Amino acid sequence: MSRLQVVSGKGGTGKTTVAAALALALATEGKRTLLVEVEGRQGIAQLFETEALPYEERKIAVAPGGGEVYALAIDPELALLDYLQMFYKLGSAGRALKKLGAIDFATTIAPGLRDVLLTGKACEAVRRKERSGRFVYDYVVMDAPPTGRITRFLNVNDEVAGLAKIGPIHNQAQAVMRVLKSPETAVHLVTLLEEMPVQETVDGIAELRSARLPVGRIIVNMVRPEVLDETDLELLRTAPRSTVARSLSSAGLGGARRGGHAERLVDPLLTQAEEYAERYTLEHEQRAVLAELGLPLHELPLFAEGMDLAGLYELARELREQGVS
Amino acid sequence: MSRPDPAHTHDPARPHLAPARLLDVDPLLEDPKTRIVVCCGSGGVGKTTTAAALGLRAAERGRKVVVLTIDPARRLAQSMGIDSLDNTPRRVKGIDDTAGGELHAMMLDMKRTFDEIVEAHADPERAAAILGNPFYQSLSAGFAGTQEYMAMEKLGQLRSRDEWDLIVVDTPPSRSALDFLDAPKRLGSFLDGRLIRLLTAPAKLGGRAGMKFLNVGMSMMTGTLGKLLGGQLLKDVQTFVSAMDTTFGGFRTRADATYKLLQAPGTAFLVVAAPERDALREAAYFVERLAAEDMPLAGLVLNRVHGSGADGLSAERALAAAENLEEPRIVDQEDGKAVLRNSPDAQDSSDSPTPGTPARASAPESGSPTEDAENTEHTEHTGDAEHTEDPERSVEQLTAGLLRLHADRMQLLSREQRTRDRFTALHPEVAVTEVAALPGDVHDLAGLREIGDRLAADERELPGPADLPEPPEASA
Repeated sequence: MSRLQVVSGKGGTGKTTVAAALALALATEGKRTLLVEVEGRQGIAQLFETEALPYEERKIAVAPGGGEVYALAIDPELALLDYLQMFYKLGSAGRALKKLGAIDFATTIAPGLRDVLLTGKACEAVRRKERSGRFVYDYVVMDAPPTGRITRFLNVNDEVAGLAKIGPIHNQAQAVMRVLKSPETAVHLVTLLEEMPVQETVDGIAELRSARLPVGRIIVNMVRPEVLDETDLELLRTAPRSTVARSLSSAGLGGARRGGHAERLVDPLLTQAEEYAERYTLEHEQRAVLAELGLPLHELPLFAEGMDLAGLYELARELREQGVS
Repeated sequence: MSRPDPAHTHDPARPHLAPARLLDVDPLLEDPKTRIVVCCGSGGVGKTTTAAALGLRAAERGRKVVVLTIDPARRLAQSMGIDSLDNTPRRVKGIDDTAGGELHAMMLDMKRTFDEIVEAHADPERAAAILGNPFYQSLSAGFAGTQEYMAMEKLGQLRSRDEWDLIVVDTPPSRSALDFLDAPKRLGSFLDGRLIRLLTAPAKLGGRAGMKFLNVGMSMMTGTLGKLLGGQLLKDVQTFVSAMDTTFGGFRTRADATYKLLQAPGTAFLVVAAPERDALREAAYFVERLAAEDMPLAGLVLNRVHGSGADGLSAERALAAAENLEEPRIVDQEDGKAVLRNSPDAQDSSDSPTPGTPARASAPESGSPTEDAENTEHTEHTGDAEHTEDPERSVEQLTAGLLRLHADRMQLLSREQRTRDRFTALHPEVAVTEVAALPGDVHDLAGLREIGDRLAADERELPGPADLPEPPEASA
């Protein structure tokens, strides 16, 4: 099992939620995981219902069986200062750099430096060991940028290594790339059973593969329950309105005759069923597209009432049952 | 059958709080003073589709429109004829131009946009030097932020060409929906900043009083960056920056102009959101940010809102009825009348003055005898069919499914309503238009037109069987 698990997905597919659930699932049975946020949105804090995360690894959840989930929101500016400190013992000079705008410059505009710092920090956590020689974290789960940017984000070190041909940045970039392109890493893509997210997933996987980044699993999120099955939908096309009206009537919803309450419910209910049928067909098509990718495919249920902490544990359990951890 | 239904207004699923202000998009799109419409919002809420639909609607109402999209779905782009990424507005065919309007669309190619700026502002030799610079190549290929800069740059360009009377802009799928607002400022201040001056000409600063500190910082900085990045990269950066510096003398001015353009009265921001907690939280944040930046907000487009033609039937009643259909036999064996088991609201129904309804054994005074007979007969029939393949049996199962589907829909409706009400309570000043959800994706002009119609429709006229009267049982 790869120790760095990167979770990406189109915006709106719930990749932060899936990343958090995965971190919980991987922490079960006494393991320790680190959940890393790189986009400064404080999505993890919201999900775990805690205050905003600082740039500091802190425990945010306990997994079933005694495992622990730590979380870290990586701030590129602070990471750069950290980094300079590590290599050059800058001390207060770092603050001077900040005043000058150098840090801002370096993290917003210097090619990929920001991304290098983010991936670099995650890789550092992957490799970090205790004195005993045991890894500090069994797994690091990264809530990564969306599918459209993931390959560039992960591959930036390659570019930087090419740009900076010598020096510590070059070495660092190469070291990070060694982790990212090895089986130590798996990039998972979260999608929905809708056309655009699935298309983006297909494109994203092609990009990842051509950059030789290791693609892990596809996780279909927010899958709606199947209320009507194939047989029902078949019957829907053939059943006379009057029999449906009679059924509604026998369920206690009024008269089945023309103009009766049950009868008047038939049209709107059938309209809703047609919408359902249309979506059902679309979802089946998208499932088929995903299946063709030849990757492990998982489905997580939609929580109609919205995601909360309990739902997160539920998803983690689901992921474990599906053999993801 | 337009009998007012008092029960409906008390339906707990539809808390009728003070309605939000309605956003009427047609006057906005038709007003010749509206020159720019910016669609913004978090990822996955239908920004691009909304932008395209607004553009089409405005064009079919006689305006000459260009839609600038950032990252459209492939089939949507194809339907507009802009699937080739050439950074030029293309005329969209197949629109209704009887009102004299035109629709053009383009997809942003950020690298091309950046290259064009360089080519337009530098002599050929210098342009070649910049375009070949490795630093430039990485920067323009789209590290964090470039897309936002270039979207704003393109908007400025389109506006200054003055060929269109309305520009509809889709914003990039940023990590936060706010990034593009900062882009012009950030790029402007970066290219014009002290740091660039220091990087390009540190020696000049040496003699100036009060700059000693900076100079010390600078040499340490170039030294550090040099060590960090490798000397060769730093040289690349310096060459790039000095080339850019002369080329982009007025970059800050232009970036500032774009920013001011966004604040101008001819601009209207539309925040796009779905009626979901996270999307609306982001939308609320965006509304606040726009206000802080003095950007003119026209309103909120609430996408993918659900309705129901049978919203008088509550989720609870639908579920109870579904259960009744799914396990009628136990009941049948007890007393032979499933209908008796689920008639808690028989009282409500008996209040109904509508003739011919409802038929219940427990409320014979409100139903016609024929209907009672029919129902009884039907119930007995299903009771007898216990061990046979009866088509009515499977229809009952299907009907139970339809009712469960309806219960899900009603629960969704009330969740969406709650989320929306929370937003309205926070921002009562924001005008809202609701767009009814479509079951599938949109990828042709007809679909965009449909979205446009829904955008313009009053929210109380959500599509559905409009003339369907509410069943009086609604007050359950």
